[in-house]
Amino acid sequence: MSTPKKLLWAAVAVLGAVALGIVALQRGEPVNAMWLVIASLSIYAIAYRFYGLFIANRVLGVNPTRQTPAYRHNDGLDYVPTNGYVLYGHHFAAIAGAGPLVGPVLAAQMGYLPGTLWILAGVVFAGAVQDMMVLFLSTRRDGRSLGDMIRSEMGPVAGTVAGIGVLLICVIILAVLALVVVNALKSSPWGTFTVACTIPIAFLMGVYGRFIRPGRIGEMSAIGALLLLAALIFGRTVAETPALAHYFTFAGPQLAVLIIGYGFVASVLPVWLLLAPRDYLSTFLKVGTVALLALGVLIAHPQLQMPAVTRFIDGSGPVWAGSVFPFLFITIACGAVSGWHSLISSGTTPKMIESERQIAFIGYGGMLTESFVAIMAMIGASVIHPGVYFAMNSGAGLIGTTAAHAADVVTQWGFTVTPDMLTQAAHDVGETSILSRTGGAPTLAVGMATIFSSVLGGRSLMAIWYHFAILFEALFILTTVDAGTRVCRFMIQDLVGHAVPAFKSTRAWGNNLIGSALSCLLWGYLLYAGVVDPYGGIWTMWPLFGATNQMLAAIALTLCTVVLYKMKRERWAWVTVVPTVWLVICTVTAGLEKVFSPNPKVGFLSHAEKFSQALASQQVLAPAKSLQEMSRVIFNDYLDAALAALAVSIVIVVVVYGIVRVRQARATPRVTAIEIGGAAMDHG
Amino acid sequence: MDRLRHLWRRAVQTARLMVGVPDYDTYVAHRTTHHPGEPIMSYPEFFRERQRARYGCEGGRISGCC
Repeated sequence: MSTPKKLLWAAVAVLGAVALGIVALQRGEPVNAMWLVIASLSIYAIAYRFYGLFIANRVLGVNPTRQTPAYRHNDGLDYVPTNGYVLYGHHFAAIAGAGPLVGPVLAAQMGYLPGTLWILAGVVFAGAVQDMMVLFLSTRRDGRSLGDMIRSEMGPVAGTVAGIGVLLICVIILAVLALVVVNALKSSPWGTFTVACTIPIAFLMGVYGRFIRPGRIGEMSAIGALLLLAALIFGRTVAETPALAHYFTFAGPQLAVLIIGYGFVASVLPVWLLLAPRDYLSTFLKVGTVALLALGVLIAHPQLQMPAVTRFIDGSGPVWAGSVFPFLFITIACGAVSGWHSLISSGTTPKMIESERQIAFIGYGGMLTESFVAIMAMIGASVIHPGVYFAMNSGAGLIGTTAAHAADVVTQWGFTVTPDMLTQAAHDVGETSILSRTGGAPTLAVGMATIFSSVLGGRSLMAIWYHFAILFEALFILTTVDAGTRVCRFMIQDLVGHAVPAFKSTRAWGNNLIGSALSCLLWGYLLYAGVVDPYGGIWTMWPLFGATNQMLAAIALTLCTVVLYKMKRERWAWVTVVPTVWLVICTVTAGLEKVFSPNPKVGFLSHAEKFSQALASQQVLAPAKSLQEMSRVIFNDYLDAALAALAVSIVIVVVVYGIVRVRQARATPRVTAIEIGGAAMDHG
Repeated sequence: MDRLRHLWRRAVQTARLMVGVPDYDTYVAHRTTHHPGEPIMSYPEFFRERQRARYGCEGGRISGCC
């Protein structure tokens, strides 16, 4: 490295340290969001240059001359050597979703600092490492999937167990994401109307792109986006006209049933009609909005209203239950480390890598960008008044259903807020109430509306920006629900197909209907239980989602560790061993606490116990309103406990298999990793 | 001007690949060079084939994230 370069990196390091110092140490006065942005960007730059490239070059030993699957199997379709920047876009669009936006918003109940530190440390040492290493492993194995690689490197049992884990995560993710949409749309005719409009708009786009102008993605997306904008603006009229608003005002349980029905119908329709066109809209809207948000933060550089650390650091917070360790580390999943990404990194991306040299840029770099999205979500949640934040994110069981009562409760928590502020905040965004809109999306929408409207439009456009943000999140969550139901269906067919071979055929209509119904039933039940949960659903279910997602990451990192040993690169094994151990400690502790904690707020079993005792003496405990509801609460507690216990056992089984394989690899003097192709490229 | 055109082409390729449709010209070039004389899908056929491959889930592929 030349001297000017050394000086440049030293300057970046000093800048990052100063910015982080300001973010971490400022007390009393509000901090400007720009310091958070500068601190993160400096850390990302240093991490990429000095850790990401170190892992690629030294730990993995990428070989730029080695032939990649894109060349070996080049078919112009699945396997295509692709320009690095183009592929980066593809990879980022695939990994970015609702996760990194929601987690940080929920974590903000402890203040912006704990969450931010975990996002930064997590991505550098765990998340980006996982994404890059799985991408590397899959590239060296013809682009095979995570499950296949676990099967071949760790044995069939570990592979099957991991497969069950993936199905479990899939079901929980679908339920939680659908819950986020329900909470954002309940009693919101404007939001519901706009989101409902995306269905006919998608039909129109689908027909256009299939029959009228086949394959014109740009044209159909432009038409769709314009219609969507019209629906967004007309939504206000719908909300303000009682006769129309009536048709689009739903309570939570009604919306849940609608979404479950929608998920079923959408997953059996032909893909070109609904799923594909809406995927185009949601992908472009997602990437565009993330860019817009970054621009908005840069131009508006808002002050953070949320304190760096709040009193809820002790674990008594109303948004989700539990203390910093282990629950903060599972609340923020996607922005720091997300197991789901290991499925993407072993999906389409490795089949298009032009050279192993790109692996660090796409794998490590892609995850750094995702992490930056999480930082912006944290900023979005922190620029709104903390009182409004807590009123929006606490369940009705805690703060009641009137502005006066909610303001009272939140003020008692130490975040002074008046009923007027809460009604004004709702009025600003064109809603009748913002109380208990748990799930993060509405909070982020208020934050985004605050940032965007300060740049463009002021208060008059705030309601439009809010509903735009809701639409943007609902759109890609519904795309995930649709696509996820199909994936679940496939996995169920695959699992059941072992016992009933006829069920395996994915071309049979009957199988698809049964498979879709089964998968909708699985996530739909969890969704419904979450919607009627008086704590707001998110309170119970988000930790379950976060824990299972992190567990998948632990499984993927275990695979990476095993392969490092099998490659005889154990000298560098700490690179994956450290994050694996940390994730296993966090998720297993969290899982066990969710099952066995004697605190009924945290532990499912003790909560069930408490309610069973009350039920035995014919007593109704809040938030249940009848004895029948009491029984349902108890049943759901046992169900959630079983899910958490299942997740813990899955990760433990895989880790034990990992340790056995590592010992075997150490006892063998030669390289035992099963790679495909080692020939150098024979092309230009 | 050439540079702008090149950047625009890259941007279009990126946007299309984001929704799972690879570059059609590359596909045609590949078929002509490596499989001369064999049939080449028209753009509408190519588009449909790619759509089915992305969302069909055969093989349990997952194309998007939470």
